[in-house]
Amino acid sequence: MLQETRIVLRNVGEINPVSVEDYRKRGGYESLRKALTMPPEDVIAEIEKSRLRGRGGAGFPTARKWSFVLKAESEQKYVICNADEGEPGTNKDRIVLSNDPNSVFEGMAIAAWAVGADRGFLYLRFEYPYVFPILEQALQNARDAGCLGKNIFGTDFNFDITVVSGGGAYVCGEETALIESIEGNRGEPRFKPPYPGISGLYGKPTVVNNVETLANIPVIMDKGGEWFSKTGVPSCTGTKVFTLCGNIAQKGVFEYPMGTNLRDIFETHGGVKDNRDLRGFMLGGQSGNLINASQIDLPMDIDSCQQAESVLGTGTIMVIDDYTEILDIVENIMKFFIEESCGKCTPCREGNIRIYEVIQRINRGEGKMDDMILLEELAETMNIASLCGLGQNSSVAVITSMHNFREDYLKAIERGRRA
Amino acid sequence: MSKVKLTIDGLPVEIEEGATILRAADELDIYIPTLCYHPDQNVKANCRICVVEVVGMKLLVPACSYPATEGMAVLTHSQRVRTARRNILELILARHAQDCLHCDRSGFCELQKVSEEMHFLRTPRYPYVARSDYWDDSSPSIVRNSQKCVACGRCEYVCSNIQTVHALSKVGRGFEVNFEPAYGKKLGDSVCINCGQCIQACPTAALTIYDYTLRVWRAFADPQKTVVAQVAPAVRITLAEALGEAPGTISTGRLVTALKRVGFDVVFDTDFTADLTIMEEGTELLGRINNGGVLPMITSCSPGWIKFCETYYPDLIPNLSTCKSPQAMFGALIKTFYAKQIRKVPSDIFSVSIMPCTAKKFEAQRPEMGRNGYRDVDVVISVQEIARMIRSAGINFSNLPETPFDSPFGLGSGAGEIFGATGGVMEAALRTVYEIVTGKELDSLDFESVRGFEGIKEASVMVGDIKVKVAVAHGLGNARKLMDAIRAKEADYHFIEIMACPGGCIGGGGNPIKNWRKMGPRLEAVYREDKNMPLRKSHENPYVKKLYEDFLGEPNSHKCHELLHTRYVDRSYLLR
Amino acid sequence: MKTEFTAQTEITPQLEKKIVAIAERYHKEPHQLMRILLDIQKVTSNAIPREVAIVVSRVTGIPEAKLYGFVSFYAMISPAPRGKYVIRMCESAPCHVTGAVAVMESIIKTLGIQPGETSRDGRFTLEYCQCLGVCESSPAILVNDMIYKNLTPGRAATLIEDYMRGDVS
Repeated sequence: MLQETRIVLRNVGEINPVSVEDYRKRGGYESLRKALTMPPEDVIAEIEKSRLRGRGGAGFPTARKWSFVLKAESEQKYVICNADEGEPGTNKDRIVLSNDPNSVFEGMAIAAWAVGADRGFLYLRFEYPYVFPILEQALQNARDAGCLGKNIFGTDFNFDITVVSGGGAYVCGEETALIESIEGNRGEPRFKPPYPGISGLYGKPTVVNNVETLANIPVIMDKGGEWFSKTGVPSCTGTKVFTLCGNIAQKGVFEYPMGTNLRDIFETHGGVKDNRDLRGFMLGGQSGNLINASQIDLPMDIDSCQQAESVLGTGTIMVIDDYTEILDIVENIMKFFIEESCGKCTPCREGNIRIYEVIQRINRGEGKMDDMILLEELAETMNIASLCGLGQNSSVAVITSMHNFREDYLKAIERGRRA
Repeated sequence: MSKVKLTIDGLPVEIEEGATILRAADELDIYIPTLCYHPDQNVKANCRICVVEVVGMKLLVPACSYPATEGMAVLTHSQRVRTARRNILELILARHAQDCLHCDRSGFCELQKVSEEMHFLRTPRYPYVARSDYWDDSSPSIVRNSQKCVACGRCEYVCSNIQTVHALSKVGRGFEVNFEPAYGKKLGDSVCINCGQCIQACPTAALTIYDYTLRVWRAFADPQKTVVAQVAPAVRITLAEALGEAPGTISTGRLVTALKRVGFDVVFDTDFTADLTIMEEGTELLGRINNGGVLPMITSCSPGWIKFCETYYPDLIPNLSTCKSPQAMFGALIKTFYAKQIRKVPSDIFSVSIMPCTAKKFEAQRPEMGRNGYRDVDVVISVQEIARMIRSAGINFSNLPETPFDSPFGLGSGAGEIFGATGGVMEAALRTVYEIVTGKELDSLDFESVRGFEGIKEASVMVGDIKVKVAVAHGLGNARKLMDAIRAKEADYHFIEIMACPGGCIGGGGNPIKNWRKMGPRLEAVYREDKNMPLRKSHENPYVKKLYEDFLGEPNSHKCHELLHTRYVDRSYLLR
Repeated sequence: MKTEFTAQTEITPQLEKKIVAIAERYHKEPHQLMRILLDIQKVTSNAIPREVAIVVSRVTGIPEAKLYGFVSFYAMISPAPRGKYVIRMCESAPCHVTGAVAVMESIIKTLGIQPGETSRDGRFTLEYCQCLGVCESSPAILVNDMIYKNLTPGRAATLIEDYMRGDVS
């Protein structure tokens, strides 16, 4: 049985979410106060010591991202909190925002101080309309308490946050698409470079961090980067907030150190629901992998997952029982990407639907072995030639399921051949 | 600017920092296929045809957007690149109606070219899926066929960013994206001003010129009809280019020969009514200046601009010159004065305008451009269309002898000719107004300050004791800036020339497909033609003088107002 | 039996006033656009049809074509009128593997309309949507701003019936 290590979720369930007093009673905004006494370079150095990597999926070192923006010369810079948590099977950001919004605001304010920004945007996905009032109220309370707004803690540092709504577009979780969306445009990703750190919102240097990343910041500033780096594994420090969903006995959002074994998490939360057999997992959301039951001994951190040709992504662990057809899931996943492709670049706009057609064909028992080659070839092209992460990863489930559940494909093709 | 060194396909190249891989490849004469890339537009990087491999990188990168960096090793046709590119092309082709044999863009289609160059021979492995609701021929100028669309976004860019017309936008998402007017409107009912710049920007036949050539062929076959052509100033500059010759090749004499051989009975020169326009417009301007009329007066030759003004700036309609455009003046004269002269009823004359412009097709259909139940101009065909007619008549354009225009409307001045370029109407007007007001000859006829491709040009000229302030804008984004300044009462010009198309008529939507590189030679040709003309001032055109004596009376006379002037309508309802 | 459903898209002076009041919050700040349109949807037929877009365009100066491009991009904004209640059924994998299909069938049966349709009385629009972000309590639906979790076919039917009777506001 694992015990949770609560860093990100430290205040969840312990405080009134909108109460800035509650938050401050547990040490809240002290990290910001401390940061404001330090030169920005030192703040970034502290984050660097923690070796914190972005929790949105890509795992880019946070300190490095910030230092690009600090070095970029511009009168106006922005900090954006990416709360467009669209990855199916991922709920962690909602838990943090609806239970402890101040930890994210504080993280944003520290980021703003570190890079020289005075304006922040929190982009909340549409599907969380009930979180809006919480954020708005918490923001107002934080402003009233002098923790945000003008002359924070009597310094000449100003920083305020505007909550912006998404409109129901998964692609807006991609940072440049999110920026386009804030700018009042269709949420289509931009080509990179230039990266947002150089040219982001309204063409200005912009930090874009995930909710979970930001919620870690106050703790790092409080207890030190050194302390933080002792949790997790050396290449990937701290904790990860996992969302357990699908056919698992105990669903929910739980926080464990990076590198925790998948089997331990799975077993701690009761294994497969209704005592059915385990077929496999969908890891990292719909743009993540499908792995089979034999691959369960997997340390859940960015690099270990990568070495095992899997992906940690947003920390989604969806359990698949033996009542579920893998090809049905793959079909469902491709349908998702057909719906959510923005339509900007050719491989993603045209490719997802073609993969879907082939999967459907195979699933209906009308597939041929040639279809397997077509799938592999098209998936590879989409992976290496699409404009953004959506198109680059939309076919990962297809590729991994073709490796890890090959017999499902072959059986379906065989079924068609005999029919 | 510091430089970076890299290799492309093993060849070393040095280029300034920040330049793209595509530019670096160009230095080496290495060709990388592109589709969404347009040299005159922003980089889009969405078609992904131009992907290349950077050694050491897992993902391919688009050459059009990715910067060349120091030490980079680029491969443009490795196996990974070739496979990816061909798969991408295959995806595009599976959405693209495969009817090249009878496609309007066959032979100058960018997708066809890419497909041919990539040596793509297989049939796509995916079933063909057309875009829904794909066909729109509601506009008299532009046909939209989404079955040919590759979703590059070049049309939207030019319509929204350059022209600021906002007739088209990207609609829907994913597999269903399309470029279309808002809320399912048809182009013909939308704010589209028919300029055809979207046609010029489109890499395929998703946007094409509305083709009227069949009606002209039918008129040739009708023994009852005298088929009369008028040829706009810019046509002699761009027609040879449309038939495969170098941009800027002037083909005035060959053009007339070709038109005669194709089947036109009479070929007139719109330069003539350009001169007439100067007489009317110049007189109108002086009238407004002397009698406290509405200023600044704005030119009205460009029908795309007129619809734009009627839609977005109806409050400035009083500023528009009441003069018809040269094509419309000509139309009126052909069906009245000329008809009488050759003793024909107007309905027995078939009047064809050959124009660099797609909006002229719309202009010819305006209710004001006709009387007593007939149209002043029966059909407008573009340079692209007449080029097709010449080819389909089996005429070898490059070897043709030269023929002069027919009289009585065959003589135009250099002033009329420069109507084809941005600033030309202004320069022509200044030549005439100056000499009429002062009675003195100009030392130099060349008003350099209103020439060239700068977006907004300004000049002031002492005409007698008045300092006449003028401005010239081309491209409606630039026009919008001037109009906003007028609205805000921040502009004290007397006279403004506006052309809807960037570069003026030589950049018109009916020309062969352009970019700014081709526009330079076209512009240079316009002023070369002007220099070579024996007559360079509108008021010295002897036939114009004679027309006033025999028929019109004096400029701005009652007769002139009846035939040569027009009125405008408030079209702001299109925005409501 | 077409009732208020179509009538709602008509821009009465009162409705126009409401739309203008919301649109005036734009202040040339592009990041406001989404909130404005979402708020306007709440006072119109849960949509931004052309009549509404024109008013927004007039107030904000954003061209109609650009607004349409925006509206047609985001799943939660609709150019076509929708019902008073928009019922969104999550169809993403976590809900899928925990019985979303059966729940949706139950809703379809109860409402008597298919996904993408609006009931004839104009009260309900049924849509599929992607992940609602409550995967730890799947399957789930969103009815306007209200989320309902851990649904079974039976619970879903009861819930929809409550809405149909007007027991839920």
